[in-house]
Amino acid sequence: MMYRVVALLGIATIGVLHPSHAQVVDRTTPPELSPPPALRLPPIETASLPNGLTLHVVEMREVPVVQFSLAVPGGGRQDGARPGLASFTADLLDEGADTLDAFGIAALTEYYGADLNTYADWDAMVVNLKVPYRNLDSALALMATVALRPSFRNIDVARQRDLRLARILQQRDRPESVAGLAFNALVFPEGHPYHASLTGDSLSTVGLDSTIVRQAYDQVFCPNSATLVVTGSISVAEAVQATQDHFGTWQRCPPSAVATAAPAQHDLTSPVNLSIDRTRVFFVDKPGAAQSVIRIGGPGISRHNADYIVIEVMNTILGGSFSSRLNSNLRETKGYTYGAWSGFAYRPLPGPFTAGASVRTDVTDSALVEFFREIRTIRDSAVSQTELDRAKAYLALGLAGEFETTSQMAGKVMELLTFGLPLSYYDDYVQRVMAVTTADVQRVARTYLEPDRTVVVVVGDLASIRASVDALGLGASSIRDIAGHPAAN
Amino acid sequence: MTRVRSLLAACAVLAGVTSVPGTAQEPRLTVPYTMDTLANGLRFIVHEDHSVPVVAMNVWYHVGSGDEKPGRTGFAHLFEHLMFMGSQHAPYPAFDRLLEAAGTNNNGSTTEDRTNYYEWGPSNAAPLMAWLEADRMGYFLPTMDQDKVDLQRDVVQNERRQGVDNQPYGKASETIGRMLYPPPPPYSWPVIGSMADLSAATLEDTREFFRTYYAPNNAVIVVAGDVTPAAVGDLMRHYFGDIPRGPSITRPTPASFTVTQYTLAVLEDRVQLPRVYYTWHTAKAYAPMDAALDVVAYILAGAKNSRLTQRLVYEDQVASDVVAYQDGKLLDGDFTIRATARPGHDLPTLHRIITEIVGRLAADGPAPRELRQAQNAIEASFLNRLERVLAKADQLNGYFYFTGEPDYFAQDLARYRALTREDVRRAAATYLLAPKVVLSVVPEGKRELAIETTEVAP
Repeated sequence: MMYRVVALLGIATIGVLHPSHAQVVDRTTPPELSPPPALRLPPIETASLPNGLTLHVVEMREVPVVQFSLAVPGGGRQDGARPGLASFTADLLDEGADTLDAFGIAALTEYYGADLNTYADWDAMVVNLKVPYRNLDSALALMATVALRPSFRNIDVARQRDLRLARILQQRDRPESVAGLAFNALVFPEGHPYHASLTGDSLSTVGLDSTIVRQAYDQVFCPNSATLVVTGSISVAEAVQATQDHFGTWQRCPPSAVATAAPAQHDLTSPVNLSIDRTRVFFVDKPGAAQSVIRIGGPGISRHNADYIVIEVMNTILGGSFSSRLNSNLRETKGYTYGAWSGFAYRPLPGPFTAGASVRTDVTDSALVEFFREIRTIRDSAVSQTELDRAKAYLALGLAGEFETTSQMAGKVMELLTFGLPLSYYDDYVQRVMAVTTADVQRVARTYLEPDRTVVVVVGDLASIRASVDALGLGASSIRDIAGHPAAN
Repeated sequence: MTRVRSLLAACAVLAGVTSVPGTAQEPRLTVPYTMDTLANGLRFIVHEDHSVPVVAMNVWYHVGSGDEKPGRTGFAHLFEHLMFMGSQHAPYPAFDRLLEAAGTNNNGSTTEDRTNYYEWGPSNAAPLMAWLEADRMGYFLPTMDQDKVDLQRDVVQNERRQGVDNQPYGKASETIGRMLYPPPPPYSWPVIGSMADLSAATLEDTREFFRTYYAPNNAVIVVAGDVTPAAVGDLMRHYFGDIPRGPSITRPTPASFTVTQYTLAVLEDRVQLPRVYYTWHTAKAYAPMDAALDVVAYILAGAKNSRLTQRLVYEDQVASDVVAYQDGKLLDGDFTIRATARPGHDLPTLHRIITEIVGRLAADGPAPRELRQAQNAIEASFLNRLERVLAKADQLNGYFYFTGEPDYFAQDLARYRALTREDVRRAAATYLLAPKVVLSVVPEGKRELAIETTEVAP
């Protein structure tokens, strides 16, 4: 068994300042704060079962609950010709397993006071169980049933397929969904795994049946490629024993059939050319819309990018915090929006960089001007030291709040595993954030923000916004539908 | 209504439930606290939890949209936005910048009954949180001006566009509110307010609202996390002690809330699928049948094997979703069932089934195992709420406001554990067979999909 101890900031004092009892309070300056407290992360311990299933256990005793998160590599990234297949397959796990139907699974889950959910993200299918400690054994048996013996009956597949079709239809109602779908389709061309939605479209969904789903499941559900993260009120020995009891009979797959958890670096090249030669504007018409939904961006970076931390600091300044430039400008100065933001989506294959806001229809053009102004400014001039210091502190000191609950802890550990990062990753996280300089920020802004080669999607009332947006000269514009396809005017 | 989009409201914080030694299987549900009152009437509650070096400060002002005047709907929430626009010693934009520089997040929210403000971050930031909260409690007016009111009015009107006007089914809630809570106030209008009233709000309204409601004697502060009561007490006395007490607040006693006849309404919207909402007046928060109504909601639509979900979504497959909830407020409660038809199905079909199933629950009550499942699920939700210091702080404030006892966790859970099948049946029969508001939201031009029939007697 391997032990890893993760600690942040070394040793510092914990506690609050004790102000003196002055008669007249000096309010003129903010109080001096004592040094930030140390965050001591509990150790992440690793073990394996004879069938090859790897466990990572973090003991957290504050609340008597336990979380088991099982992930098998093979999420939406591998859907290929059937977008949405991994997500649909994962969704079906708790719709029927062994002798239980969906009602039987729900009744037991809830009776145990458990939360059991199954889903796929871009990289993995996941089964999550969170349960009060006293019901762990029964609930874990149920989790194993759902994960290892799903039935994929025709009747369940047909019902969930129709439900999903209804939800896909409803995406058209929400302008943010429309903008997101069109944006992804335009940033990632056909043939790229991120071109389609993680949950597929009506065309890819309508053809799903029990055989296809069973195949998708069989290809990836192998103990020797799966990872189990256990967090909460449980010892390592107990976690290993409980896992052996319920997942011990899971049959190992032949090595040739096993997918690897994290793609090797050479797998990270995009299957299609992602280069954007110039900025283009794509309108999706929503007649009479009360606002315009704006999305600006393009292909972003991989989580493995060596500039990851600098990019996070840069984005905190650009649009990743309340005081960021985009939010300060578009919301707090201009009053164009309820909130403006930007962010990089991290996946083993580079996810998108997106900046966005929902803005009042009559300032759609002005809002775009400000977005581009901010993206250019952070490339063209160095950020101030004050701004940089604030962003670094926000990220470094905020880290403690990201390890509070068993779910957060499981998520953080799973993220490291998904991206093949060392479990010691957070050992020097704070130091790496604090080392970022204003020159670093400007360098990554210039490297990764591309105002002259970007996709602009605007979902709004075309008749009110097109002429003024076109007049900005950002780039050629065209009218598209929810899937990014050309649409009639 | 919250101030910041959820993207920016990030981190959570963990803290502990006290386990009684030797009974690891059954933790005692308690969140120990100390409480004190300053001479100016400010009450503060401290909960120590040193499991992670974080702290949450949570301030409740006992004012919400229910206190607004007609013609100024949405003002309590607009005012919440203004509270972030700087104060005498921390002029805009110091509030957010100083907190972020200390690794700290913040937000605020407004409901019908209260407005809260909170910060959460590393525990060494507690004095900064106190300094900032005290400054805006005591020194808000000197830096408030017309430009700030105008700017946040724009932001809030955008918030309304984003959350109501540009969202499918976005106007359902305020349409129901008008019918369920006819004027006079409170609760006749949505927390976000109307565009016209937001446009009418003035700087003078802001001054008057602050002087009336934003005083130490109308606020309660909870500090939870890696702190000690002694240190927090020092902070509170130091920063809040000399803020003058405000006038006592008198609130008119509202007339009783009733709907005397079935009310049918239809709203056309840009939606793909029709949806129906049923709403009844029920028990207010923590009133005798409030907990039973939570269980009624769960038994109807809380899980896949709940009665409405099982029948509408799984067996008959005529709905794509169904939701039920009891919303207990300070002065009244209401209960909602909401269901969306699947493509090719209409609302009268859903209506027949919902009427039948509600009627049966009101007649026969739940099966023993149904009740137990609901109780277990609700009990588990209590444990999950205890993982975050921020959530505990807000719950301590909420329990104090509604029950007078901050650590009401065990008593709250006991309300659910004590319920019998007859209690649940009686709650359904008492409230859900009474006159109700029925709103159909249908795609534009498709009124034939709505419920237009006279009421089917259950």
